[in-house]
Amino acid sequence: MSAPAPVLVFGDLAEGDILPSLHHDVSATTVVLGALATRDWRPMHHDKDFALERNGTRDIFLNTPNQAAWFERYITDWTGPHGRMGRVTFRMRDSVFPGDTMVLDGVVSELAVDDTGCGWVGLDITLSVDGDVKSTCTARVALPVDDDDNPWHRSADRWKP
Amino acid sequence: MSTVIEDVRILIGVPQYEETGEFPVERSYVWTMCAAVENGNPLFWDDAVAKELTGGPIAPPTMLSVWFRPHHWAPGRTEEHLPLKVHFDLKERLGLPEAVMTDNTIVFYEPVRPGDVLTTRQILRSVSDEKTTKLGTGRFWVIDVEYANQKGETVGVESYTGFGYRRGSDAKASTS
Repeated sequence: MSAPAPVLVFGDLAEGDILPSLHHDVSATTVVLGALATRDWRPMHHDKDFALERNGTRDIFLNTPNQAAWFERYITDWTGPHGRMGRVTFRMRDSVFPGDTMVLDGVVSELAVDDTGCGWVGLDITLSVDGDVKSTCTARVALPVDDDDNPWHRSADRWKP
Repeated sequence: MSTVIEDVRILIGVPQYEETGEFPVERSYVWTMCAAVENGNPLFWDDAVAKELTGGPIAPPTMLSVWFRPHHWAPGRTEEHLPLKVHFDLKERLGLPEAVMTDNTIVFYEPVRPGDVLTTRQILRSVSDEKTTKLGTGRFWVIDVEYANQKGETVGVESYTGFGYRRGSDAKASTS
């Protein structure tokens, strides 16, 4: 089989482009599934009584590596499978609880082709609930520069994340 | 005679706490993770696409730290396993009871693949002079956690910026 065509190529983009929003209703299951998938057994991510009494929060809350996985899903939903993440920076400001509807929004902040010919997209992403930003993520993602390019084929000196 | 901060700064650039993951990277965790966040990226679900694009199945890049979280219980284990030990060492040695992580950056290199046996090590990169923020008085530090596969290839580097501090009211104690 031949490789699938890229969903998105570098030349399609302009700085300031807006990514489609992602809305997700967070349930206790969302929190617990993500905590266990990331092997985070700490009780504030599955035991509501513990979270209330020991953390002083109103409920269990999303753990950081689970949020990272949500950001990754948000980015690659947009890029398709050719999109290869190079670098991400997270800042967690506030917690996300069951009952919250989390909304991920993103904007293309930077476009650059490096000296190896790799096309890099800078993204500024926010995770918010009721308009309040709970976490931010800046990402640097490689996209194909044309239909024949594949960032996953880069390594060593040709991969400068 | 050297001061505590000089002793701590000797460790800058020195790899510490090298360890191997408790289990090889496995696909069932990949699927559990993708299911938890409804990630339909065909790289993780469609072997033909993975073969074409990535030379076979890979794990989601952001799962890097997952492969090192210890089992909740293991036979014979008596001590709690603390991730990011260098961070806790610094708090203790510098006498800073509180700490926050201000940000976390992950840089991805070679893809992580099912079956990989990963190793990790922690490297202190910097410790600031004393600074006062709204939280209290203390120091910022940067710790890199490097991850490599069984071929010795770097698969990723996480950088954590931490701020260890004393709360405002007892901040004076840290001026020595």
